[in-house]
Amino acid sequence: MVGIVGYGSYVPRYSIKISTITDQWGENASTVENGLLLTEKTVPGRDEDSLTIAVQAAKYALQRAQIDPQKIGAVYIGSESHPYVVKPSGTILADALGIGPDVHTADFEFACKAGSEAMFVAYSHVKSGNMEYALGIGADTSQGAPGDALEYAASAGGSAFIFGTENVIADVIETHSYATDTADFWRREAEKYPRHGGRFTGDPAYFKHVLNSASIVMEKAKMKASDFAHAVFHMPNGRFPRKAGKTLGFTSEQMQQGLVVSLMGNTYSGSSITGFSAILDILKPGERALLVSFGSGAGSDSFIFEATDKIVDVQNKAPQIWDQLKSSRIYLTYGQYVAYRKKIQFNN
Amino acid sequence: MANSQRYTREIPHRFRLEAQKFEDGFVSLPNRYISPSGCKNFEKITLSGKGKILSYTIISTPSDQFKLIKPFPVAIIETEEGARLTAMITDTPFEKVKIGANVELVFRKIMEEGHSGIINYGYKAIVI
Repeated sequence: MVGIVGYGSYVPRYSIKISTITDQWGENASTVENGLLLTEKTVPGRDEDSLTIAVQAAKYALQRAQIDPQKIGAVYIGSESHPYVVKPSGTILADALGIGPDVHTADFEFACKAGSEAMFVAYSHVKSGNMEYALGIGADTSQGAPGDALEYAASAGGSAFIFGTENVIADVIETHSYATDTADFWRREAEKYPRHGGRFTGDPAYFKHVLNSASIVMEKAKMKASDFAHAVFHMPNGRFPRKAGKTLGFTSEQMQQGLVVSLMGNTYSGSSITGFSAILDILKPGERALLVSFGSGAGSDSFIFEATDKIVDVQNKAPQIWDQLKSSRIYLTYGQYVAYRKKIQFNN
Repeated sequence: MANSQRYTREIPHRFRLEAQKFEDGFVSLPNRYISPSGCKNFEKITLSGKGKILSYTIISTPSDQFKLIKPFPVAIIETEEGARLTAMITDTPFEKVKIGANVELVFRKIMEEGHSGIINYGYKAIVI
């Protein structure tokens, strides 16, 4: 069966507390923390971008898969923050990891679901028999304008997944994608920060797409919420995924492991898939997991996975995501944060 | 690293740590034509990225490209294969930067050539 043979996640070592941002803008920290259900978020180092994050996540995925990088036939990176507008991230990553030059690469964009998109296409290539292995990655150094609600969550991190047919650690049981034109969140060419429709990002956008995508994939697989050990939904904040999961019949226990948003924030293209990576870190053979992404504009990809006996062999071969989020954190001041994120203008 | 041609040419050693092991045992990163003892024959090897600090300094007055990240440590590192290279240290509190400390090389952005130029990636070291 086709499935994941290796996975890896990486978050930068830097973080900022939500209370540091609320202090800057005269907001009440506990109101924001209780509203968004997160207390801090990750920030990229000054020498990090979505590509360096993708490279580290993919290195961890290769460490777990233990395959020859030359056998990877496709590299897809999904991001809202590719370092170049014109010059692919995929070629840089492929050259950094010794993949190719006989490789198909493409950079994907679809707001926060570009990562699951990359996974979807990588999986489809292997399923069709086009290639032995394919790599799908989602990584972001998310943008949020100073003082905007997005600033409390927009963070940095990413995850990588290698699909194959041998030594599979988690089989893909079913997939579904659901997309409509919905103007909930956007960023125009050359604009530094995205704009959004406030509360319009909720019911008509996030919940409509996530709930339909998840319901249909479970229907296709003839499964219900109780058939899963864990589920993860895109995490623009801590509240939306909890509400979506509850509506679909999932319990808090089923969602707890994937809710990395509480310390990581919203890593856009790396959000739901990094929550899924946290689930893979503890998933037991035979257990099932549901992954549901969401990208504004808008769409949602759903995957149902079932762990094989081999999963326990790879879980400790690379750093696990909750360990990264809880250890060796370096907390930034707001001044350091705006400099790290280049929110202030420097001379050329 | 000063232009796009040089950037492309240096990918094997800066991105993938592709090095040479000469017949006299000398290990070089980046590539060179001849070892210090005059040996010209070598095999290609890929460094593991693990090593230790032989010496270091803290740069407080860097050139213009690096002034926004000052101060930062730069170390001479000996890899486990025996190659000696110079690398910036990143993500590490200064008190952990010591002679003999174990390091791991990671893929990072080294510098950007202004707002519109090429972004130079390469290796930096983290104390582990």
